[in-house]
Amino acid sequence: MKVDLTVNGKDITADVEDRMLLVHFLRDVADLTATNVGCDTTSCGACTVLLDGESVKSCTVLAAQASGHEVTTVEGLATNGEMHPVQRAFHQEHGLQCGFCTPGMVMAIVSLLKENPHPTEEQVRQGLEGNLCRCTGYHNIVRAALAAAEVSS
Amino acid sequence: MSILGTRVIRTEDPRLLTAGGVYVDDLRTPELNGAARLTFVRSPIAHARITGIDTSAAMSEPGVVAVLTVRDMDDLAPPPPDGGDDAAGGGEAPMPLGGVWSEPLLAVDTVRFVGEPVAVVITDGRYQGEDAADLVSVDYDPLPAVVGPEASVKDETLLFPAAGTNVVKARPVPTDDAPFDACEVVVEQDIVNQRLACMPMEGRATAATIENGKLTVWHSSQNAQLCRMILCGALGMTPDQIRVIVPDVGGGFGAKVGIDRDALIVAWAARKTGRALRWTETRSENLVGMTQGRAQLHHIKIGGNRDGQILAYRIDVIQDSGAYSRMGGFLPMLTCLMAPGVYDIPEVQAGYRAVVTNSTPISAYRGAGRPEAAATIERAVDLFAAEIGMDPAEVRRRNFIAPDKFPFQTKAGALYDSGRYAEALDKVLAAAGYDELRKEQQRRRASGDVRQLGIGLSSYVEITAADAGAGETAKLEVNDDGTATVYTGSSAHGQGHHTAWAMLVQDELGIPMDQVTVIHGDTDLIPVGVGTYASRSLQLGGSAVHKAAIEVKDEARRQAADMLEAAEADVVLDTATGLWQVRGDPDTSLSWGQVAGHTSGGSLIADVTFTADMPTFPFGAHVSVVEVDTETGKVTLLRHVTVDDAGPVLNPVLAEGQRHGGIAQGAAQALLEEVLYDADGNPLTSTLADYAAITAAELPSYELVDSETPTTLNPLGVKGIGEAGTIGSTPAVQNAVVDALAHLGVRHVDMPTTPQRVWTAINEAQKASNQ
Repeated sequence: MKVDLTVNGKDITADVEDRMLLVHFLRDVADLTATNVGCDTTSCGACTVLLDGESVKSCTVLAAQASGHEVTTVEGLATNGEMHPVQRAFHQEHGLQCGFCTPGMVMAIVSLLKENPHPTEEQVRQGLEGNLCRCTGYHNIVRAALAAAEVSS
Repeated sequence: MSILGTRVIRTEDPRLLTAGGVYVDDLRTPELNGAARLTFVRSPIAHARITGIDTSAAMSEPGVVAVLTVRDMDDLAPPPPDGGDDAAGGGEAPMPLGGVWSEPLLAVDTVRFVGEPVAVVITDGRYQGEDAADLVSVDYDPLPAVVGPEASVKDETLLFPAAGTNVVKARPVPTDDAPFDACEVVVEQDIVNQRLACMPMEGRATAATIENGKLTVWHSSQNAQLCRMILCGALGMTPDQIRVIVPDVGGGFGAKVGIDRDALIVAWAARKTGRALRWTETRSENLVGMTQGRAQLHHIKIGGNRDGQILAYRIDVIQDSGAYSRMGGFLPMLTCLMAPGVYDIPEVQAGYRAVVTNSTPISAYRGAGRPEAAATIERAVDLFAAEIGMDPAEVRRRNFIAPDKFPFQTKAGALYDSGRYAEALDKVLAAAGYDELRKEQQRRRASGDVRQLGIGLSSYVEITAADAGAGETAKLEVNDDGTATVYTGSSAHGQGHHTAWAMLVQDELGIPMDQVTVIHGDTDLIPVGVGTYASRSLQLGGSAVHKAAIEVKDEARRQAADMLEAAEADVVLDTATGLWQVRGDPDTSLSWGQVAGHTSGGSLIADVTFTADMPTFPFGAHVSVVEVDTETGKVTLLRHVTVDDAGPVLNPVLAEGQRHGGIAQGAAQALLEEVLYDADGNPLTSTLADYAAITAAELPSYELVDSETPTTLNPLGVKGIGEAGTIGSTPAVQNAVVDALAHLGVRHVDMPTTPQRVWTAINEAQKASNQ
């Protein structure tokens, strides 16, 4: 079937299988490989992207469902070569090690801070329950989220 | 001022944060254009004979390129049939056992765990593979499943009948009771160290292509060179016929050491079909197919006197190796080696049996044999302390190996290089506010608070770079444009090697970090290397970079002396500016580019291997504070405070990151995570909806206390920090849970301390006290 998505501001039209997942559309059709697949049960959040500004797990959305909508991945977050405050905070606070969960984690935090610009540590931790990281023990991810909130305020 | 020891944020990050890493599945290299997808057909049964495989329906599906089974492996040495002639036994080296215990590539005529590869389907499209794999019809004749190590040791059903036993390797436990008979108090306990999923966020992934007789394999691994060696053996090829490239790796934690059978099958299939192939496992495959960790049962006996002196310790280990012994006796050997931990115990008796069961094979997982040792001795010391009614901190103090006794040979056979165990404990207790915590605990106990407070301690020592003699390689080139390139045999997968190695070069040579490129994981560029595991990178790989820098500097001094027409002794390097000068004559200065350009080849090169004489023994102490809801059994980890001493810290940002991640994985074992099977050997935790991988919501921020005790075994004075957090945190958290319930009569709760298990322990203790 034919789908038409706006990904990071760019219009992409393609003929895809009905069952194609949004994450595979992003990776295989749009050739944007930062968004990773970490599980098959919507548990890990590695594939988190923004769909019309709201975070979704792109392994649980069909490309067809996203047709006619706007998708933002971590590749589309920086503006004019300047990292987004959440990306900058991850760098400053060492919020990433292997980097595999990072794109999804960053997008989840962008969404979280949009909903709650001044979260407590507890709110950040609850908000990230659907995003797994195996390297950082979450300590510096939480710090990065709080630091980004601080900068944005 | 030296850059070493300062907080340098990572050079790796901007790329990972804006474009994402390039993991195997992200590769868009031209050699993989048009690559087909490989999908495994895996055994759905724990133990069965294969009586037939019908691939015809799958072959007729659209997009199917090939369906391959063991019968197609006619270009390989035949897999050993059941009943090879090699006797039972095997070694303690961290290698798969051969002979009767051999693990085939695709299953031959028997499957021994759910998830074992039986056939592969190769398709053009991503989703076609799963469709076609469903159509491969395999006839199984089920056999009784051996579930759990206790069932296995009975030898009622054998996984490898020709072996005559399920015990792959054993070291009998000495059973001299005299040292215990002389004790005032003896405590015995069965302790479970449960099976865990390593679960790197990126699962296993491999791509392969063969062109003009040269096989190129991209693999998510902790060491490219070991992959190549294993590929050569499996495929009957020579090293010059194979190139292994390790791109970005999304976590390893021990499960990505080398290359396992699934990936070998991918490489073989690429050679067989002549097609470029990609395989990226799903999480459901990962949770049954990737090696898992821990899986030990312990029976311990600890004895001592009422003054707190521990006199004797016995540990009997049963190691569940899973269906195939990938590690021989290595893991339980390490557990026995580290059995007495930080304590000066006059009598230590340790032994093990490693057995096969119908389950996913067990291999290294962050700590690999040492967390099991630490968890159990720390539980044992707490059991002993409870029995004699002494504060667990005081019992530890009375039994630590004294700082003036190093190097210290333990009764288990390890030679510890350096340690200040009492100091670590005192520091962490002070940081945690131990006395105040005990007062708060008393208050809650007195008031009968539903939410009781538990304070858990652990003092630990571990062995890092256990294969110190294997060393690590580094090649350093300083080019005539003033840049430097490091080729390291070590293998980054999140630790920050690129930042750390550049810091070492800047420190020694004065070439700024941003002019230093670090390359790893390509056997064409780095034919010799060992890789990253066992917390070995900085002490061996980092020391190799340091050594190479010194060699380059020595050669540069000769070149600069020649250029400046000065004696070598008068030529000095200003590491602040990276300029060579004649001492006392600032007008004569040469840049690194000028000096390199003066050489015949236009670059200064040092190609070195650094080896150390012995492993190092980092140590530390953790305090964990938990709250237990005595009505529901729910445990909440409130605080975790640690001292982790691995010698001088190269970059606190990186070292803290290693500690954080380790603490979380260790706490996860104590609190939540467990791989489970049913009575027929079916995995119950094969998705992330079922396996309780720990999240941010279940963890606090950690409180880290610094401590640096150098080793003399390498020029940097450093020990390994990669696994320390995991080793220290598990027992502290588990001890805290038990401590919260001690006044209710609970003396032990096995891991993971789930609400159900804690609730049951409380109720059983209450029942016992009512009787």
